[in-house]
Amino acid sequence: MNSVQISALFCKGCAYCVKFCPKQILEMGTVRSRKGHFNPVVTDPEKCIACGICATMCPEAAIEVTKGE
Amino acid sequence: MAKVYTRPQSLLPVPSGFCPGCLHSMAIKLVGEVVDELGQLDNTMHIIPVGCSTLNLLYWKGDNLGSAHGRAPAVATGFKRCCPERLVFAYQGDGDLASIGLAEIIAAANRGENFTVIFANNSTYGMTGGQMAPTTLIGQKATTCKMGRDPADSGYPMKMCELLSTLEAPAFVARYALNTPKGVNEARKGIKKAFEYQMAGKGFTFVELLINCPTNWGMSPLQTLEYMETNTIPYFKPGVYKDKEAEVK
Repeated sequence: MNSVQISALFCKGCAYCVKFCPKQILEMGTVRSRKGHFNPVVTDPEKCIACGICATMCPEAAIEVTKGE
Repeated sequence: MAKVYTRPQSLLPVPSGFCPGCLHSMAIKLVGEVVDELGQLDNTMHIIPVGCSTLNLLYWKGDNLGSAHGRAPAVATGFKRCCPERLVFAYQGDGDLASIGLAEIIAAANRGENFTVIFANNSTYGMTGGQMAPTTLIGQKATTCKMGRDPADSGYPMKMCELLSTLEAPAFVARYALNTPKGVNEARKGIKKAFEYQMAGKGFTFVELLINCPTNWGMSPLQTLEYMETNTIPYFKPGVYKDKEAEVK
C-alpha cells in the first residue's frame, strides 16, 4: 500500500501539503507536537496515489512517500 | 516498495531555523535535491551571506564559507578562482543581493565568473524585522513604509533578472516562483541546469526564486501563497531571461 510518513520532528504545520493534495486525504490534526505545531494526518491511506506532491510542497522536507506494490 | 520522495542527504537531520511556512527552507531543499542528484555534496562550497539565509549554516551538510553582508559574490569569486574544480554557489536574500551587495553581484556577473548565485526574493528584509527592501512591491506594507511602498518616494521594485540579463557575460539567468508544485519542479530543473553549466565551465549562472515571508508580511502561510499569485508573480514574471546554449541553437 502507498504510504505517507510525516515526521513530527521536522513538521511545522504550515498546511501546504493539505492544500495541494490532489486526493484531499490530508487534514490538520488536533494534537500539538512536542514542538507546539499541529501536524497533518492522513485520513484515508487507501486513496493515496503516491504522487509525491505533498512531499514536493513540504518546505521542511518532513514528508516521505513510499509507493507500494 | 519504492521510495517516491525522501529527505535530501545534503540536509542535516535537524529542523531548520526558518519560520513555519517559509519557502527559504524549500529553496535550500531544492538545492539539496539537485546536489544529491549530481552526487556533488563533497565537492560543493556554499557561500553563506547575511540575513535569514544565514540560517542555512545550521542546515546544510556540505562545506560553508561565511562572507560579509552582500559580499558573497566577491568571496565566491575568490574561492572559485583558487579551486576551479569545486561546485560553488552563493545563496543570497533580496536585501543582501539587491541592496547592499548590488555592486558585487553586477561586477561578478559582468566578469562572467564561473559560479552560481541562488537569489531568494521575498520582497522584505526578513531577519531585521520586515523593513522595506529594494524588491518590496508597490503598495506592500513594511515597517519602514507603513502606508505601503510609494514609487514617488522610494522608486520601483528592482527586477534583478532583467537587469543581469542585459549583460553580455552571464550564461543562464532565470526566475521561478515556489508557490505551486509546478513552479517548484521547474525551479529544480533550473537549478540543475545552472549547476551543470557551472560544471561545464560556461560562466555565471543566476537563479531567482520568488518566496514568501509569513512573519513579516503578517499573513498565514496559505495566505502568502495567494498573495504571491496575485501580487508578486504579475510584477516579477517567472521565466528564463538568458540562456547562452539556447541562443547558439
